[in-house]
Amino acid sequence: MPKVTYVEYTGTERQIELETGSSVMQGAINNLVVGIDADCGGECACATCHVYVDSRWLEKVGPRGSQEAAMLDFAALAKPNSRLSCQIKMNDQLDGLVVSLPEAQH
Amino acid sequence: MSTQTILSAKAHADDIPLDRIDVSNPQLFRDGTMWPYFERLRREDPVHYCRESAFGPYWSITKYKDIMQVDTNHAVFSSEGGISILDRPEEFRTPMFISMDPPKHDEQRKTVSPIVAPGNLAKLEHIIRSRVCAILDSLPVNETFDWVDRVSIELTTQMLATLFDFPSQDRHLLTYWSDAATAPIGPGGMFDTEEARLAELTNCLQYFTRLWNERINAAPGSDLISMLAHSPATRNMGPKEFLGNLILLIVGGNDTTRNSITGGLLFLNENPDQYQKLRDDPALITNMVSEIIRYQTPLAHMRRTALADVEFGGKQIRKGDKVVMWYISGNRDDEVIDNPNKFMIDRPRARQHLSFGFGIHRCVGNRLAELQLKIMWEEALKRYPTIEVVGEPERVYSSFVHGYRSLPVRIPA
Repeated sequence: MPKVTYVEYTGTERQIELETGSSVMQGAINNLVVGIDADCGGECACATCHVYVDSRWLEKVGPRGSQEAAMLDFAALAKPNSRLSCQIKMNDQLDGLVVSLPEAQH
Repeated sequence: MSTQTILSAKAHADDIPLDRIDVSNPQLFRDGTMWPYFERLRREDPVHYCRESAFGPYWSITKYKDIMQVDTNHAVFSSEGGISILDRPEEFRTPMFISMDPPKHDEQRKTVSPIVAPGNLAKLEHIIRSRVCAILDSLPVNETFDWVDRVSIELTTQMLATLFDFPSQDRHLLTYWSDAATAPIGPGGMFDTEEARLAELTNCLQYFTRLWNERINAAPGSDLISMLAHSPATRNMGPKEFLGNLILLIVGGNDTTRNSITGGLLFLNENPDQYQKLRDDPALITNMVSEIIRYQTPLAHMRRTALADVEFGGKQIRKGDKVVMWYISGNRDDEVIDNPNKFMIDRPRARQHLSFGFGIHRCVGNRLAELQLKIMWEEALKRYPTIEVVGEPERVYSSFVHGYRSLPVRIPA
């Protein structure tokens, strides 16, 4: 199964194996990664599963969708490499993905 | 509310012809008898048309997933026509960014959102805590008092005064204007006419215009008025738009948290097993805060206007129709939330509720609201293991603001 490394705001790293097809948000919630709130449960309707994608992975992860971009537009602390982790679905191409978490979700 | 009232509401809700159900009636919310009507709509007619009501014809969306769909589809379901079921006559409408569509909404929202973003919340935390401590320490012991007046209003109004950098000695005006802005017109409300409401809100505008004028001539500060006065997106607002955005920030930052502070204490008293669980494990507070906000749903609905004919849930919604998303009903939808009528402070996935709305209009102050409730409960538990509700709450006469006028309580000696 493909692996994701979550870098929590404190610097703690968590490497977690995810089922192919499951989202990076779901992996964080199932494994109690600190710093993902996921208020809407994966509907791309809030912005509380916000992550920064490691620059080496940006191209493979791909661009934001339009609804995702609209939500991220209002997220505090958003950067060019910000994504909503509910919109990143795992596959073998993303094995080894590294994402880091913002100070807090808003 | 008595058991008798609840039983007769249940019987009435089950008997009345479906097309005559009108969940917008403020009386239902004052009596706490709206629940069986929403239950029936969710079960039998989740996208429901009410032909006649005091607010005119409207659609009710009552199930969680349907509400999520409407809320996230701002291209079809617009906020421009107003965000509550009450249509104000054109001359009494005040533009505010919650009732705008992109792109203007986006620019104005971004002007104020930094004040409730994580960096600033960290700064506000110690201010909130010291105020919560002062308020709680001042409470009488072994004596009945009104929790709404002494705690809920006091805490949220002080917070709001801080965000606006509003003169503290006049802060009761913020509570008054907040109530004035949302009260229904007529019997049971605060005003007999929209003119009378506007006259009072004009006082609000004058007061804030004075603050605006002071701050626009000073260096940019970190309070909301200064932020509005100095941002390119808001500095050229006319008086009506300024008033509109003030009302939005006052109501948004005041009524909602106030009623969740009151609701939480009421729910813990109605569910002594949950109160005990909280005393046994105060680490549950963060989760409980989300559960309180779900269970209370301090704004019962948000309203949209259809910009085009659209089929939704098997019904034909017409361009121009009023579409009401009943958050208070979606938050009790057992298709998404297990055992939704139970107040459970350790509920799994408690964050997944509709009270803040979803999509681009989602509550901007949600994390501040949660922080205030969290600190309130942390400090309350340290001081008073039990705060007893000793009488019935008096509820607000409104199908928009779901809240309390008073709640008699007593702290045992």
